[in-house]
Amino acid sequence: MEDLKNILAEHPFFSGLNEEYFALIVGCASNMRIDAGKIIHREGEEANHFYLIRSGKVTLQMMTPNKGPLIIETLTEGDILGWSWLVPPYTWHFDAKALDLTRMIALDGKCLRTKCENDHHLGYELLKRFADIMMKRLESTRLQLMDIYGDRP
Amino acid sequence: MATDPELLSLKVDYKWNPMLPWPFQIRRVKHETEDTFTIELQPLGALEEFAYQPGQFNMLYVYGVGEIPISISGDPANPRVLVHTTRAVGTVTKAMDKMKRGDILGIRGPYGTPWPIDQANGSDVVFVAGGIGLAPLRPALYEVVAHRELYGKVVLLYGTRTPLDVLFRQELENWRARFDLEIYVTVDRAMTGWRGNVGVVTNLIPRAPFDPRNTMAFVCGPEIMMRFTAMELHKRGVDNEHIFVSMERNMKCAIGLCGHCQFGSVFVCKDGPVFRYSEIKEMLVKWEI
Repeated sequence: MEDLKNILAEHPFFSGLNEEYFALIVGCASNMRIDAGKIIHREGEEANHFYLIRSGKVTLQMMTPNKGPLIIETLTEGDILGWSWLVPPYTWHFDAKALDLTRMIALDGKCLRTKCENDHHLGYELLKRFADIMMKRLESTRLQLMDIYGDRP
Repeated sequence: MATDPELLSLKVDYKWNPMLPWPFQIRRVKHETEDTFTIELQPLGALEEFAYQPGQFNMLYVYGVGEIPISISGDPANPRVLVHTTRAVGTVTKAMDKMKRGDILGIRGPYGTPWPIDQANGSDVVFVAGGIGLAPLRPALYEVVAHRELYGKVVLLYGTRTPLDVLFRQELENWRARFDLEIYVTVDRAMTGWRGNVGVVTNLIPRAPFDPRNTMAFVCGPEIMMRFTAMELHKRGVDNEHIFVSMERNMKCAIGLCGHCQFGSVFVCKDGPVFRYSEIKEMLVKWEI
């Protein structure tokens, strides 16, 4: 647990969080190891966790008819995977698959969202952090949609 | 486009005239991707070498079709061979794409400002390329690799559309195999089977291994990509004064006379194409320019 605490404390996502909340989050954390090629979660499944990737590479992908899975984004060391646990109906919107042997810290989102409902300050602290990730991913998605390397960006 | 025997036996002295194309013969055409090709040219007549600096461009003239600006993508240490890489997207480049070994092109140049590589001595060097933007950066990479001991970390971050659009793949693999270069490639989208990164090139910046306080960054790609890249580099801590971008505008005369490439108070052909980001930052977001 001490090891988990140190890893989480060093991650910028949790920086500035007060000790009480930080201790609560550490209590919701567990280590996880996913072998290369294994699915972490599938689109439509219940979303009850989010993950901090410690090492390895994860692909976010979606099945496309006749073409197979289309990779939307890859996440690597230091990235946060998953925010569907925070937004109803709490189901995953994409598949997540370990491309390489991946080590992550899983955080129990189901437990955290109950705590957030009861303590809105904690909810705001977490939402603020996820809003930053969402903004970055939205910006990336917009750039991808613009197809800037195409004939007519 | 046919090989003209008169041109081949040209025996005139080379005298610099910025408006006069010089005949060059195609040595080799290499198709890099579905729509991108590289041509290797050698000068005809009295001109034996064609010296240029990384980042400069030439005006390439397909006789009877038209003239366009294209950055030089070859190795400046080998001035006997002139190399250009471009996409077949317009009338001239589509005509060029059909040319073959032995055909003759007209060349005017070299023009424009180079990448200020000498200013990067003692610093980390970060190249950020988007799509075909890797081509104008390649001469600078050759130069840095040739004098590797002068620099700190050397990092290339390259983003393109799909795995099939990765330019100079063999060369990237060779550079990646070296122990003193950091090469990262990402694509905007991919099917399974691609084991590299997927996502925009700006996503690579936060974790790329360089010291932002001691870094010189050279950025080339679509203008939108360069703007977001510069912002991300700045967010990481790189001074705007240390970021250089290569601009593209409608260059015609290439010597600052015609005004087609005017960009605010500067001419891209003469004052650029390589600019210090801090000098043009404000102009990049002005619609009226």
